[in-house]
Amino acid sequence: MASSHRQYVVFRIDNDEYGADINKVTIIERMATITRVPKTPPYIKGVINLRGDIVPVMDLRTRFGIPEKEADDNTRIVIVEVSNNIGFGIIVDSVVEVLQTEESDIESVSGFTGNANLDYISGVVRSGDRLITLLNLEKLVSELITV
Amino acid sequence: MDMSQYLNIFVEESRENLQDLNTSLLELEKDPGNISILNEIFRVAHTLKGMAGTMGYTHMSNLTHKMEDVLDGLRNERIQATANVIDVLFKCLDALENYVENVSLTGSEGDEEYSEIVDYLSGILNHDIPEKTVQDNNTASGKKDNLRLELNEYDRNVIENALGQSLNVFEIYVELDQKCLLKAARVFIIFQILEKNSDIIKSVPPVNDIEDEKFDYYFTVAVITKKDREFFVKELNSVSEVRKVEITEITRTHLGDNKQAPAVDNAKRTEIKEDKHGAKDAAQKTSDKKVTAKTVRVDIERLDVLMNLVSELIIIKTRLDGIISAGERDREISQTLESLERVTTSLHDAVMKARMVPVETVFSRFPRMVRDIAKELNKDIVLHMSGEETELDRTVIDEIGEPLIHIIRNSADHGIEKPEDRIKKGKERTGNIWLRAYQDGNNVIIEVDDDGAGIDIEKVRRKILEKGLESEEIVNGLTDDEVIQYLFLPNFSTSDKITDISGRGVGLDVVKTKIEALGGSVDVISKRGLGSKIIIRLPLTLAIIQALLVLVGNEKFAIPLNSIREIYNLNPQDIKYVRNQEVTVLRDTVIPIIRLHNVLDTEVTEDDSSKKYLTCVVVKKGEKLTGLIVDSLINQQEIVIKSLGRLLSGIRFIAGATILGDGNVALILDVNSLV
Repeated sequence: MASSHRQYVVFRIDNDEYGADINKVTIIERMATITRVPKTPPYIKGVINLRGDIVPVMDLRTRFGIPEKEADDNTRIVIVEVSNNIGFGIIVDSVVEVLQTEESDIESVSGFTGNANLDYISGVVRSGDRLITLLNLEKLVSELITV
Repeated sequence: MDMSQYLNIFVEESRENLQDLNTSLLELEKDPGNISILNEIFRVAHTLKGMAGTMGYTHMSNLTHKMEDVLDGLRNERIQATANVIDVLFKCLDALENYVENVSLTGSEGDEEYSEIVDYLSGILNHDIPEKTVQDNNTASGKKDNLRLELNEYDRNVIENALGQSLNVFEIYVELDQKCLLKAARVFIIFQILEKNSDIIKSVPPVNDIEDEKFDYYFTVAVITKKDREFFVKELNSVSEVRKVEITEITRTHLGDNKQAPAVDNAKRTEIKEDKHGAKDAAQKTSDKKVTAKTVRVDIERLDVLMNLVSELIIIKTRLDGIISAGERDREISQTLESLERVTTSLHDAVMKARMVPVETVFSRFPRMVRDIAKELNKDIVLHMSGEETELDRTVIDEIGEPLIHIIRNSADHGIEKPEDRIKKGKERTGNIWLRAYQDGNNVIIEVDDDGAGIDIEKVRRKILEKGLESEEIVNGLTDDEVIQYLFLPNFSTSDKITDISGRGVGLDVVKTKIEALGGSVDVISKRGLGSKIIIRLPLTLAIIQALLVLVGNEKFAIPLNSIREIYNLNPQDIKYVRNQEVTVLRDTVIPIIRLHNVLDTEVTEDDSSKKYLTCVVVKKGEKLTGLIVDSLINQQEIVIKSLGRLLSGIRFIAGATILGDGNVALILDVNSLV
């Protein structure tokens, strides 16, 4: 990996902005009909039909412990793919931009809090006076990944 | 040089060849003198050597080279095909399989030299009587009618057969320029020409020595070909640095000539019959090979793409059906839709057939495995296979291998008794395992049957108690069949000791899980003292099934039609309780009742207790039945099974999903987990 240049897809949940590594983002879709799947963690809202493929969808609000919100025209599902062909979608309030940044601008969060639940944050980056939380996508679904 | 693009081809073709080698070695073991088998083995080893050499795999090519030497000795009867020799050849096969495995995983053959095996091979070679190599000193004058080569019994037979088939047989003597620097390169070119246009049946010095440049500057070969003499004269003379080419036609008169009787190669007269038979087979094989290759190798991924497209087509067809509502249909639309239905069904069937592979590909390794296990355990076991041509879907074939290995190992280890014990029981010394595959309706059945000791039910009962799984009175109350089911629990084994083969208690539950994951079922029938039979049922088609769509809460679910026994209206008052479990009586059988909205956590739209009748779908798993309460039935339709993806594939009660005609997703219930 020669360059230290990084790109993140930035999206918004309430007033907070989050970033996902662009290499892991497959496509961004409008909101679709979600079919509920029983016996799944509460943050898994269900599955959608993505042009013939079944893709599980996660609500980040539930995942982060924020109250849910009804979808509107800006709501999007960001489809990502992590280690070894595991694909899933993330429901976000809106998608903002693609942020260009350097590895050196990314600050680590270890030591911020002792909260183990925050291991799905891989770092933060500043852009102007905005603070963007970078997500560790694998950790978002780690409890669901079986061997 | 970038060899990576050839890796796939190399691995695939090597595997095919090794498969041939496996089969041939097993045949050879039963019939050690059979020349045609030896020739086949030689051919395979030679091919593998060539492939390995081209790819730069020196260890592999070295090993196959030595194998060739030994095989050549075997077919010329300088070496005897003893059990020891065959064992070593099997070891070579294992080593080669390891090399190929390494290549497929890492791209290189690895560093293992298997020097032990190579030494064995050398040892075998050195025990033979040194052959008189160069025979051509007696006819150096080039008198056309005398042959340079000395023909032994085997050669004569091969030539006899060729002549019988109106093929030409030539003895070709090639002399290279003495100043020639790269003899091997010249020879390579010459041999290429020869191999392209003929079959080389004899070479003096032997082919290997020539390739290693262990010859002066001339050599002689005998070939069988359709081409005429002039062709070879022209071709060979056009190779540079070839000084002289002499081609003599070998005719029957040469065969009748016994004056060139070599001291060593005296084929045993008693084996004449076998040789003739072998030679005919050898000639037959070359002509057979040109006829059978009418197949095309297709990448599995391409078949998967095809399969997906067909699935999409079926979904769209169903949508079309739904859109054009019954009232609006005129005759033309109806007819067209029917044609569409016919074509898509045929297309689906055709694609499914393309994915079907005969179980032979899985079964073929079992004879060897049983042979090895029998040796290891000092037992006498024979494996009988039938129905190898029965076909299964590609994905099933990939998964079924491991479970079958477990089961067969169990039969060999626990089932079949030691020879002495068998004789004591009045059985034949040799134990038998039958492996059968056949089609039964929409299923393929695979049976593993042995005439061994059968399952010791009492021992299993004791084990259940020992493990504290059930109380004593329950254990005593279990029927024999119910007791057998406990063997499928994880970590259950009645073995007193753990062998390398079985006894660890991890086999049978994995078998059951894997087979059920494929949509199949496993049953065991056993009679103490007589043997056991394991029956595996697998569905023929995987991805597209008939299903019943039902409504639970306001969510749609699909239940595979195959699993449904019947549907009826259940009177709530007929529901009783047995140990906290709701049950009902269905024609003299007590079946458990499951209210799906409880299990699936759906919203309750109507209170069940207010209904006069509940819709009950009775599903089956093998012989067990369960009644599922749903809110209402929607319809029956063909659905395409879609995976839920890796994240959700382990969810209880849900086997997958399907996309309905309106584009929405409906979940497919996993009946096995509900029963």
